[in-house]
Amino acid sequence: MDWGHWVFYAIVLFAFVLNFVMAFIYIERRGIGRFQIRMGPNRAGPFGVLQPVADGIKIMFKEDIVPEAADRWVHALAPVVAFFPAMLVFAAIPLQEGAGLVPDLNIGILYILAISSVSTVGVFMAGWSSSNKYSLMGAMRTIAQMVSYEVPLILSLVAVVLVAGSLSLTEIVKSQHIPFALLMPLAFIIYFIAALAELNRTPFDLLEAESEIVAGYHTEYSGMKFAMFYLGEYAYAVAISSIAAIVFLGGWKGPLLPPFLWFFIKLVSMFVVIIWLRSTFPRVRVDQLMGLAWKFLLPLALINIFVVAVELQVWPQLPWGVVVINFAIAGVLILLWSRLFKLGGGRVAA
Amino acid sequence: MRLDNFGLGLAKGMALTLKHVLARKPITTQYPEERLANSRRHRGPELIWVPTKCTGCATCATSCPQGNIEMITSVSTHNSWHVEKYEVDHGRCMFCGLCVEACPFDALYMGRGYERATNNRNQLVLSKEMLQMAPDRQPSGYFRPDVEADLPLQTLLVYGQRKEKET
Repeated sequence: MDWGHWVFYAIVLFAFVLNFVMAFIYIERRGIGRFQIRMGPNRAGPFGVLQPVADGIKIMFKEDIVPEAADRWVHALAPVVAFFPAMLVFAAIPLQEGAGLVPDLNIGILYILAISSVSTVGVFMAGWSSSNKYSLMGAMRTIAQMVSYEVPLILSLVAVVLVAGSLSLTEIVKSQHIPFALLMPLAFIIYFIAALAELNRTPFDLLEAESEIVAGYHTEYSGMKFAMFYLGEYAYAVAISSIAAIVFLGGWKGPLLPPFLWFFIKLVSMFVVIIWLRSTFPRVRVDQLMGLAWKFLLPLALINIFVVAVELQVWPQLPWGVVVINFAIAGVLILLWSRLFKLGGGRVAA
Repeated sequence: MRLDNFGLGLAKGMALTLKHVLARKPITTQYPEERLANSRRHRGPELIWVPTKCTGCATCATSCPQGNIEMITSVSTHNSWHVEKYEVDHGRCMFCGLCVEACPFDALYMGRGYERATNNRNQLVLSKEMLQMAPDRQPSGYFRPDVEADLPLQTLLVYGQRKEKET
């Protein structure tokens, strides 16, 4: 790999991430509008497509306010720490076969999971340095949530790695003769719920619950610093959707259309489902959040690994019949665990 | 066994929001271009005064709880009053409508407007000429059933465009 490759793909990936962030902001605002029987933003440009640009310009000219009691250095560094891990994740993501900064990184998934955990530190720095009780509470909630949900997230990906036999994202895509979302529906559901919580999106957006703690960790941020958090949040949404598309939906595989287009279609459809969930469900309580992670997702993820391992021993080629079995197992397990899953020793309604 | 506690409730919610996207038009209106008909008996700014009906009795001025209405009259010919000054401070008006109810000659109406913001408090004090009827100053049907009958029905967004019963 020569310098030309690095420079070219660095630019391509930056363009990819920033364009998708803009597109996602637009899709989200318009989409939520339609889900709530509204129009959504439709003034800036045709159908409001320039709305993210207008937002960006507005936010750049905002005053940068730092609270008097803030820890200035940490306050200034926090948005950077929160934003750059989200960008670094894309180094290992292949847009199609061989197209990416390091498209065939042999520890791809491990790298992505390790890097994406760093942004939690940025969020905590923001909450701590603002010297504002709401910021700190939001940050503490984030830590609890991120640490809890990383466990089922990683365990659901372990099942994928078992089947694919590799940590490299390219290898995982190549091994998907049947998309893993069909082969392991339970792993997909667990990954999706845990990823929603990792993204801090509704119904798990406790850290910025506006009805309780103003805006959470970024209460005291304005101007470009706030924009960094905002960008980071959406870049991470792009990352989570791309990982879901690569790992569970077969990446760039698909008939007729060019491969990268298939990847983009899967990526956007994942995000549309996230928006759909956001516009439908109310925010969960803190005890429900923790209960869901430790009492529902974690045991199911462990059982899923066990089931997949046994199936791999019995049918090493994993024929289509396994799909039916796994769907049945997923259905039964979800029904069972909704029954077993209790909060507050059964004294609190779930 | 209620399946709603086993994930069916979530699916029902998702189906409802999907139905919103696929089958329902936006319930909101694009304000400056689209306007809704507000209540026919809207007590809005500003008062509308009809000089041809007014006899200068100043019943409105005495009925005003705020003392907002100022009326100065002089003796005119034909055994009548000439209204020299009629001034209403809409900055202090609370739109109770008592002046309209008190007027014995139907010379005063509540307005139907709602875009009456000004940059200056002085601009809210309306004189005799400014209080008269104009294309953008139409009377509301408050306490004036004859006006109300000609006004369009209120658009009720909550019910869609359901037809209201004519009584």
